[in-house]
Amino acid sequence: MPYFVRQLNVLMLALLLLAGYSSAYGNPGQGQMPANSKNELVHLLPTCNQLPTGGVCLRLDDGKIELLHVQGNVYMISGAGGNITVQVGEQSVTVVNTGLAPMSDKVIGAIHALTEKPIYTILVTSLDEDLIGGNANFSKAGWATPNSDNIPFGHDVSDILALKFPSGAAIIANINVLNRMSAPTGQKSPVPSELWPTDTYDADFWRMYNSEEIYLYHPQVAHSDGDSFVLFRRSGVISTGDLFNPMVSYPVIDLEKGGGIDGFIDGLNQIIDLLVPEDAEEGGTYVIPGHGRICDRNDVVNYRDMVTILRARISEMIEQGMTLEQVKAAEPTSDYDVTGHYAASKDQFIEAVYRDKIKSKVPRQNASAPGAR
Amino acid sequence: MRYSFRISPAVVLASLAVVSGTLPAFGQVDFSGGWITKIHEDQPVRTAGPEIADYTGLPVNDAARKRGDTWDAQQLEMLERECEPHPSDYGTRGPANMRIWGDMDPFTKGITAWHTELAYMMPLRTIFMDGRPHPSENAPHTWQGYSTGEWEGDILKVTTTHLKEGWVRRNGLPRSENATVIEYYVRHHDVLSLMVDVEDPEYLTEPLVLSSSWVSHSGFPGRMRFLRSLHRDGESLPRRLVEEPKLCIRNTGSNWR
Repeated sequence: MPYFVRQLNVLMLALLLLAGYSSAYGNPGQGQMPANSKNELVHLLPTCNQLPTGGVCLRLDDGKIELLHVQGNVYMISGAGGNITVQVGEQSVTVVNTGLAPMSDKVIGAIHALTEKPIYTILVTSLDEDLIGGNANFSKAGWATPNSDNIPFGHDVSDILALKFPSGAAIIANINVLNRMSAPTGQKSPVPSELWPTDTYDADFWRMYNSEEIYLYHPQVAHSDGDSFVLFRRSGVISTGDLFNPMVSYPVIDLEKGGGIDGFIDGLNQIIDLLVPEDAEEGGTYVIPGHGRICDRNDVVNYRDMVTILRARISEMIEQGMTLEQVKAAEPTSDYDVTGHYAASKDQFIEAVYRDKIKSKVPRQNASAPGAR
Repeated sequence: MRYSFRISPAVVLASLAVVSGTLPAFGQVDFSGGWITKIHEDQPVRTAGPEIADYTGLPVNDAARKRGDTWDAQQLEMLERECEPHPSDYGTRGPANMRIWGDMDPFTKGITAWHTELAYMMPLRTIFMDGRPHPSENAPHTWQGYSTGEWEGDILKVTTTHLKEGWVRRNGLPRSENATVIEYYVRHHDVLSLMVDVEDPEYLTEPLVLSSSWVSHSGFPGRMRFLRSLHRDGESLPRRLVEEPKLCIRNTGSNWR
């Protein structure tokens, strides 16, 4: 075989092998993005671009913390305690809940990988440790909302932005969250003061953040008496806090903190009334639960129906005069215990519903008394 | 002197091997077209519907039986449930015809995705053939789920996750959202055999395997849709055929308080 033919064969083989290697390993897939240079902890994953919601996804801390684009301007960060909702806009960042304190640096790093805008506002849905643990860290990392107190006289906002703006993002929650975190003067508060809300509301509350209407709704008696859920109206996303934890746990109803089963179901119905499915009972307004995956209306309806059915079963057992131990032994939740991680929370749920319903039970001998309803 | 380009057979074979490795896998079978469902298998269950509490032959556990025993058909009339379609693992059991078409890579001519659409509720489904992984466990779940396909010889194997909670029978036997569904599409000339393997760690004690048969029908329309349960100002209009891809419109209120 002539020399140059041999050389041609070798050259072709090398080129083909190179092409094969490039195709298999070097060619980014559809939608794949380069690694983000702002934060070495953060790695963009091509798989997350194939979400049904079509969003960006970041993973860090060996994949334990995940950031998903939900819809519009809203993202969800999971793996840092309770889910954290992040709204990114042209002016600032708004977050709902802050997760566990030790995870704050990583979560704030993930947010800064998305945007360089400062955190202005922290909305808190209840006073659970895995939702509020990062309040102080997030507030410190954020900026105080410009107002007459912290903008020096003679400066406008652009001047202020060029200067070192004072840190301290506002923390907003229902007034009962502050009441339960704090204590009368001279007494030790149950929660350190740096985690307390800096601003509170006592009825439904709304405000424009990043040119988007944000509503805070307050189911009065649900998981506790200080619950809120947050509607991002333009993005079409609701962040529920611990009012909704699908596949993770049965409702956690804290009777000591003013919670109740009837109000809990009312809260779920309130959420359902605000959700609009796009088509065939899926999509449309998305829901970020307190824990667990991104949901839509059908998922909330399933959860509401389950809780309603279980309340009816336990109420019926109470009507039959069964004790709490007898109710537990009858296993009213057995058909749902196999779902997700529900089994681990069944005892606390049965007990909470039992204690709540028996509190309001009309004694049977009085039920037919004149004037009884 | 005349130069001749001679390439050794070994290099040609090696080249073909490398080239074939760089291209998407080709399917030898084309599923494109309209398919008419044959309902001779499990006919009573698939048409008139199963009897309440008839779980004969199904590998369900006690929790599934309790869900079935306490199921109430009236829930289908709830405003929030009127527009629920069948999930993809059950949809092919119904008396609905199906259209299948593929997305073709213009260079390799390989199929990058298959799409299916059933004639009942017109659920559109995509089966990705490009080797992509399934999404994060925190991604939303849908009625059709997230499907990826691969060739096993002439058989298309489809794996589906991220399904919404569904049912294995229309008498309330549930299928959890954590189920994985594996389907096998097999074509024998004008006949399509579909085998569905439902693996549900929560409500099934072992995989539930179901099969159905379809016959090719080139005249099957692809874009006609049923508009069902249209509620406007509280009135329910009769079902009718429309040409627009308009599906289910109704109130968003809640009726279970």
